[in-house]
Amino acid sequence: MAGTAVRGRLTWQTATAGSVNDETATVRTIGLDVSDWPGHRAGQHVDIRLTADDGYQAERAYSIASAPGEPLAITVERLDDGEVSPYLTEELQPGDLLEVRGPIGGYFVWEPAFGGPLLLLAGGSGIVPLRAMLRCRRSAGSSVPARLLYSSRSWEDVIYRSELDDAADGVEVFHALTRSQPPGWAGYARRVDGQMLAEVAWPVAQGPLAYVCGPTSFVEAVASGLVGLGYPAGRIKTERFGATGQ
Amino acid sequence: MIALEDFALDGNAIGGLLIEVFGTEMTTAVGTCASCGAISQVAELAVYRPALGTVVRCRNCDAVLMTFVRIRGIICVDLEGLASLT
Repeated sequence: MAGTAVRGRLTWQTATAGSVNDETATVRTIGLDVSDWPGHRAGQHVDIRLTADDGYQAERAYSIASAPGEPLAITVERLDDGEVSPYLTEELQPGDLLEVRGPIGGYFVWEPAFGGPLLLLAGGSGIVPLRAMLRCRRSAGSSVPARLLYSSRSWEDVIYRSELDDAADGVEVFHALTRSQPPGWAGYARRVDGQMLAEVAWPVAQGPLAYVCGPTSFVEAVASGLVGLGYPAGRIKTERFGATGQ
Repeated sequence: MIALEDFALDGNAIGGLLIEVFGTEMTTAVGTCASCGAISQVAELAVYRPALGTVVRCRNCDAVLMTFVRIRGIICVDLEGLASLT
């Protein structure tokens, strides 16, 4: 019904898959070409809809991995019991079509004008919207102080590994590897806890802005931990991805 | 064993559905629970996606605030659990 679309309302658009890039063994970034893409803000997501030959439809939300001004891209983690993710991460080919709706979201967004210091806390695939925020900060040439605490099961599961390692733009990155660590690992080797937060989080007196994203249990624990450090609830933004069975 | 609460999403996940229903971005809208009076932004409410529809619960008292069910192309909306939504 493209002809009747009201400007500002959300409509399903056809997207053509462009580049696909495997970030890890189970995670893939997919570039999406949508004509007349209106642009997006860091932290927003898109809804993806797939329609099977028998008409069955499945819809899922995926965080946008690219910064404002960059081409639309999503990063998808393959879930073992997933209905949509196995297709997106293993079968989708460049040139394939899917339906996209977005950009969506006005709460879990950041832009340089919001200031900081910025504290980003990611659990697993929760890194995706936070990476968009970091790319936004970088492309804007922002000097807002930023720290990222990123929890993953192992080094092989870390998404955007080399990009995050480049601290040239002043972002401090802390990794917590919860299940296995490479030889000589000097970073955190346990799940995020109060002690770790106390060591990494910006002091409350600096008026930090925190964004927490990942599995629901991770978000609940970290948000509680930040409140325990004195962070005002209004300065903690959360986005829960549900349970991943881990 | 994963606790039921760990499956819960939050209002961010239904951002698209809310725009369909209300015609505008709603995750920053503020809802007041009719059961306990707790005030929360929609993005921070507990969202459950049972196969037949979407249930949004108060994080403070677990009362159902909103339900959305899609039937034959029409979204049925129940907001009776909210005292207000602004």
